[in-house]
Amino acid sequence: MGLASLSSSLLYTAFVLYLVATFFFGGAIRDKRSQSSVSGWAKVGFVVTIIGFITHVGYFITRWVAADHAPVSNLFEFIVAFGMMLVGAFILIYSIYRVSILGLFTMPVVVLIIAYASMFPRELSPLIPALQSDWLYIHVTTAALGEAILSISFVAGLIYLIKAIDQTKVGKKTFWLEFVLYSLISVISFVIVTTSFNFINYEATFTWVDSNDQQLEETYSIPALVGPNQGELQTDNRFTPIVDTPALVNAKKLNTLVWSLGIGLALYGLCRLVLRKRIGSALKPVVKNVSLDLVDEISYRSVIIGFPVFTLGALIFAMIWAQIAWTRFWGWDPKEVWALITFLFYAAFLHLRLSKGWHGEKSAWLAVIGFAIIMFNLIAVNLVIAGLHSYA
Amino acid sequence: MQNVKCECGHDNPHGTILCELCGRALTEKAKEEKLYDMRYEGSARRSQTYNKSIIDKIWNFFSSVKVGIWIILLTLISASLGTILPQEFYLPNNVDPSVYYEDVYGTFGKWYYIIGFYDLYNSAWFIALIAALGVSLVIASLDRAIPLYRALKKQRVDRHESFLKKQRLFAETDKIPDETELQRVREQLKKKRYKIREENGALFAEKGRFSRWGPYVNHVGLIIFLIGSMLRSVDGLYIDELLWIREGETLQVPSTKGEYYIKNEKFTVETYEKEDKAGVFNEALERVGTVVKNYQTDAVLYRDENNKLPGAKPQLSELEKDDIQVNQPMKFDQFAVYQTSYQKDEMKAMQFALTNKATGREMGELTVDLFEQQDSYDLGSGYKVELLGFYPDFDGFSKEGEPKSKSPLPNNPAFLFNMMSPEHPDGEVSFVEIQNTMEPLGETDYKMTFKSLETRDVSALTIRKDLTLPILGLGGIIFMAGVIQGSYWNHRRIWIQKKNGRFYAAGHTNKNWHGLKKELDFVFKGASIPAPEDQIEENKK
Repeated sequence: MGLASLSSSLLYTAFVLYLVATFFFGGAIRDKRSQSSVSGWAKVGFVVTIIGFITHVGYFITRWVAADHAPVSNLFEFIVAFGMMLVGAFILIYSIYRVSILGLFTMPVVVLIIAYASMFPRELSPLIPALQSDWLYIHVTTAALGEAILSISFVAGLIYLIKAIDQTKVGKKTFWLEFVLYSLISVISFVIVTTSFNFINYEATFTWVDSNDQQLEETYSIPALVGPNQGELQTDNRFTPIVDTPALVNAKKLNTLVWSLGIGLALYGLCRLVLRKRIGSALKPVVKNVSLDLVDEISYRSVIIGFPVFTLGALIFAMIWAQIAWTRFWGWDPKEVWALITFLFYAAFLHLRLSKGWHGEKSAWLAVIGFAIIMFNLIAVNLVIAGLHSYA
Repeated sequence: MQNVKCECGHDNPHGTILCELCGRALTEKAKEEKLYDMRYEGSARRSQTYNKSIIDKIWNFFSSVKVGIWIILLTLISASLGTILPQEFYLPNNVDPSVYYEDVYGTFGKWYYIIGFYDLYNSAWFIALIAALGVSLVIASLDRAIPLYRALKKQRVDRHESFLKKQRLFAETDKIPDETELQRVREQLKKKRYKIREENGALFAEKGRFSRWGPYVNHVGLIIFLIGSMLRSVDGLYIDELLWIREGETLQVPSTKGEYYIKNEKFTVETYEKEDKAGVFNEALERVGTVVKNYQTDAVLYRDENNKLPGAKPQLSELEKDDIQVNQPMKFDQFAVYQTSYQKDEMKAMQFALTNKATGREMGELTVDLFEQQDSYDLGSGYKVELLGFYPDFDGFSKEGEPKSKSPLPNNPAFLFNMMSPEHPDGEVSFVEIQNTMEPLGETDYKMTFKSLETRDVSALTIRKDLTLPILGLGGIIFMAGVIQGSYWNHRRIWIQKKNGRFYAAGHTNKNWHGLKKELDFVFKGASIPAPEDQIEENKK
């Protein structure tokens, strides 16, 4: 078990280092002396990021050795690997453009991603026969890397929007920008809710009836606002659900979602109260020195670099493996369909940009939507839509 | 149609916007532009030139990138609709989709079925969308690639100054630099691996032109891929069969016209044990329970040597032995045999004892093979059991009181026995099903006691032949090559020339302006020649 626990420590170290790097990249923004050249703060931030990345890779390798298979076989492992690729992609793009603001926005996203991943079962899990193939790491790591590079485009797009959107005019643009920021806060909220109730060992067991009229048991680890179909609370002194759901809906997941969005809303409200303005507006001074053309170019460039990698990993390698493991290269499994949708979306992005001249703000919004699609495929398709890829 | 003659004397094809040789504007619109639209080099595109006949209109419709983007977006949205509920082909076997969707998903499911979304990806309109995408790919590519190729091939080293002035990156000066400075620029350009051509005091540096063909190459790959996937419906190119084969059975391989036979010698399922891998998986195994590690069919493949002789009995000769596992199909001829599923412990035979109810004495045992039953089983000493009826998949009684069987598979076997003994030479009738015995013709003195069950595993193998794969593979490789070619290389051009006592420098790239600007900084560093500057950024200031 030594190797497995070493692996966990390395991941924890990487997590802390990414947090530290965030502060350094933040310091670079406040550093007035460095308008043109890269400031010392950013240099330190970048070095810390690289050390974090090395420990993160260390986690990956030690876990690989411990389990004897690439650590990309369940949701926790995949999201952590995606986080690692995101840092790798950031290092790549940062080396080209040296824009410290990119670090200030990417690193918190990475921290959030690792924290989010940790809410899922973290133990080493054995591989089912379909996953026992070298294509596991070939396909999954390439797909994750492609998605990660594409995600840098989202980070750059978000920076663009924060700078470009006129906060004096309330409208659709300010609303959707706040919505994007609120979504990120909801992820924090999910982590807080899950961790807190986990910490106090909250458990409430229900009996409920599924769509085949079978009586089943379900244990909630956070208080049930939303109860299962015909749920009967079995544990004493526990919160009774406000509403029951139909049998078809996964009540436990819905309940977690309601909690995350609710507490997220409370956190968002608190931010607004403290800041006394929209978060987008509060972030504006942070991006004051950003060149819009440059972040636009970074956003576009990330798509250009990431698109071929994504296509290779998430479609071509995926098809080759599907032919070997599932007898057919394509089967309209939801995960496959959503990989195709991601591909088509970025194809449309590139065509809009090249031919219709969708630069700047329009392009930035597209980058945000693209990231939403990637996240939907990463999370919702695994958790909500049942299919061959559901191994959470 | 008439060609357009440029001031420089070159005959351009009808519809040309910028002269192929010198780059002068040929249309009023282009003359008025502040910066030239350089996307297709101002070449004569059919779609921008003709719009009279119906063919022109169709051509123009499909060559439009706007239309192409709409087709992409419609495909994307349609595809997503198919993931809301499981598609028909993922439903459990033997369910009727017309009932299933409404039963399980209520009114939403009912409408999902009625609209036809339950089989969206095979619907005519979805296939039509994909076909439209294919047509758009072909037409849009031809419309652009050919004139673009012409324009880039014909471009001259020295351009008209108006062409340079209307490039995004541009600079001019009165100061004419001396030869040593020019030489320095030349060397710097060479360091950046530009190809340099010079004529009449004009210098033209270019690199990465082939990246301009990337989009067209990847479109060709996509078209090959789409054609390949259509070929699946051609007879003989594609076979997909499922074969359930029991341990010990030898069956004909479907769709091989009796040429091949396959035997399931042994089927095994292994699950993960607590001790595996020094116990690293213990925690996970405790949480989720049993996890299957491997399932495999030890198979033998035979060829029927008498296959070509009509009426002859099969004469099997062994070709190949292989253990077929998931991810490790067995391959032969153009076929691949995959391990896809299994059913553990299918009932094969049941053992009973004829028992005297009063004394509990067993008068003898018999085994009923569920696949090959005998009419009667003689136990000796006047004891005999007749099998009056066998119902492999017993499913209750009909209105007339007859026992019914749902299928020929022994999922729930039931037996109608006639038990003959010295006391009852005509026999007593007993109906035996799992965990239940009935005596339909009155109480009996004897009964059939269940002793044991023999089971065996059934393996599900998928027999696949797909001759479209090489075409799809070729399409995939070409597509990928095109995407890489277009994404990771950039077409960069730099023009430097003296004209009428003035000195001009301009730069153009198809993408990644940041990269070109950095390169220009490098090339012109220290020279008195001004490096071309971004006119878009200038305008913004």
